[in-house]
Amino acid sequence: MLPRRQNTRSRTYHAGRGKPLARRLLPLASFLVLCALWELIVYIGDYPAFFLPTPRDVWSRALVALGDGSLLMHTWVTLKEVFAGLAVGLSAAVILGYALAKAPAVERLVSPYLAASQAIPIVALAPLLVIWFGPGTLSKILVCALTLFFPVLINTIVGIRGVDAELVELLRSLRATQWQRFLYLELPASLPVLLGGLKIGVTLSVIGAVVSEFVSADRGLGFLVNLARGLFDTSLMFVALFTLMAIALVLYLSVSALERRVLRKQGRE
Amino acid sequence: MSREPILRAEGLQVVFQSEESRLEALQEASFSILPNEFVCIIGPSGCGKSTLLRVLGGLVAPTRGRVHLDGRPLTGPEARIGFVFQQHNLMPWRTALENVCLPLELQGVARTVAKDRAREMLALVGLAKFANALPRELSGGMRQRVALARELVYDPDVLLLDEPFGALDALTREQMDWELLRIWSARQKTVVMVTHDIQEAIYLSDRVLTMSPGPGRIAGDVAIDLARPRKVDDLYSPRFAELTRLLRGSLH
Ligand SMILES: Nc1ncnc2c1ncn2[C@@H]1O[C@H](COP(=O)(O)OP(=O)(O)OP(=O)(O)O)[C@@H](O)[C@H]1O
Ligand SMILES: [Mg+2]
Repeated sequence: MLPRRQNTRSRTYHAGRGKPLARRLLPLASFLVLCALWELIVYIGDYPAFFLPTPRDVWSRALVALGDGSLLMHTWVTLKEVFAGLAVGLSAAVILGYALAKAPAVERLVSPYLAASQAIPIVALAPLLVIWFGPGTLSKILVCALTLFFPVLINTIVGIRGVDAELVELLRSLRATQWQRFLYLELPASLPVLLGGLKIGVTLSVIGAVVSEFVSADRGLGFLVNLARGLFDTSLMFVALFTLMAIALVLYLSVSALERRVLRKQGRE
Repeated sequence: MSREPILRAEGLQVVFQSEESRLEALQEASFSILPNEFVCIIGPSGCGKSTLLRVLGGLVAPTRGRVHLDGRPLTGPEARIGFVFQQHNLMPWRTALENVCLPLELQGVARTVAKDRAREMLALVGLAKFANALPRELSGGMRQRVALARELVYDPDVLLLDEPFGALDALTREQMDWELLRIWSARQKTVVMVTHDIQEAIYLSDRVLTMSPGPGRIAGDVAIDLARPRKVDDLYSPRFAELTRLLRGSLH
């Protein structure tokens, strides 16, 4: 839900280029209205801060966490896991996806197992990975990678399979090598689909990082949520959650921007 | 100039065999093509014209028989043979210029050299102004011209054209035929072109091969003895009508 909403919003930005300033300030205005509503709910319900803190409580808690450096430290830890998981998961999924797209016989053999593995929720798998690979960073990277692996794999297979057979024949008539076929045809032809995979991948990697930190960790934003819950420090929980949202959002928007640039350059938008 | 054939087809047979079915697309085709000759192949839809051309281009291995290029057996696609497909097959993400550059890039020609040569070819087919246009911004005829420029750019001796203008309206096609003749005579190419259209075949060719279906065979080999350069008026000459009647007869 988050990604979709962001998508429409970013498009509004795009379309709003050259439109009145008021139009561009709309997202900010809606944010302020939401905060005001939230304050109002707390005021009317008269909720204690451990149940539902006000936006101002959350904001001042964020300033404290920023001041003592703890928020940045936890964020940095999670970001490292997200990016490492992304690198591992993406390369594995794209390489295997390419191979499976090229070898339908192997794909028929492997795909039932791959599909079956999707029935296991990643939350259930994470503790096992901790047992096998220890409570350190490695198991967390693997959880991130596994979370995004399957969707990106399917995406890659669809992308490579979708390459125009007539263009394949053209490259054959021009005596292109396997590598040239990949570089000049398969890569650019499946680029939109691959970028779509990256877009799914970045958000899923954040989810993977939080899941793994819930299972076992002594730092990271997922750990921070857990810690704050134990301390009844609900404001801090909100700080951690909003930071996670911000990470997912920034990553998603960056990939979207990259996608738009690439596709516009290729005249596909 | 040597009068040895540049292309020689020898008892070509093509059978498409799958688990459930066996289809003989080409039963028997033997003929020779001389250097700088312009030969058209005509025949009804599905009689194996594209298949025959693919065999000549080394894209399909014949079940039986052999193709010789300058006396040597053909084993696969050759740099000396350019193939223009029934569909233009342009890469939608590349501009006209970049599409024309493709064969040179694959051959490892330096980028700047490739671009210059590609520009030259686009000018030759009358599209100098559209170098930076994407295929979807071009008309059908323009796309076919880009596809032609893409094969001309690496200067193959033989051009195999599979109904390159089949999808165009009659007027545009006439204009494209005319440009093709101009390029052919200026660049000393050997052209083998598949077409549906008897008049187009006569207007362009030195020789017309006719094919009959079920399964595909070469049914006739007719020399076109109209003087060159050809003029639009030739279409209304008695000899043209005679040749049309002759070809029509050999098709049925
Ligand atoms: N790769 C293939 N596998 C199986 N059958 C094929 C294949 N290519 C062509 N055929 C069959 O061979 C026959 C001849 O096809 P071909 O494309 O050569 O005809 P054509 O004369 O070019 O027709 P058109 O004028 O409509 O382009 C057809 O019956 C077609 O179904
Ligand atoms: Mg055909």
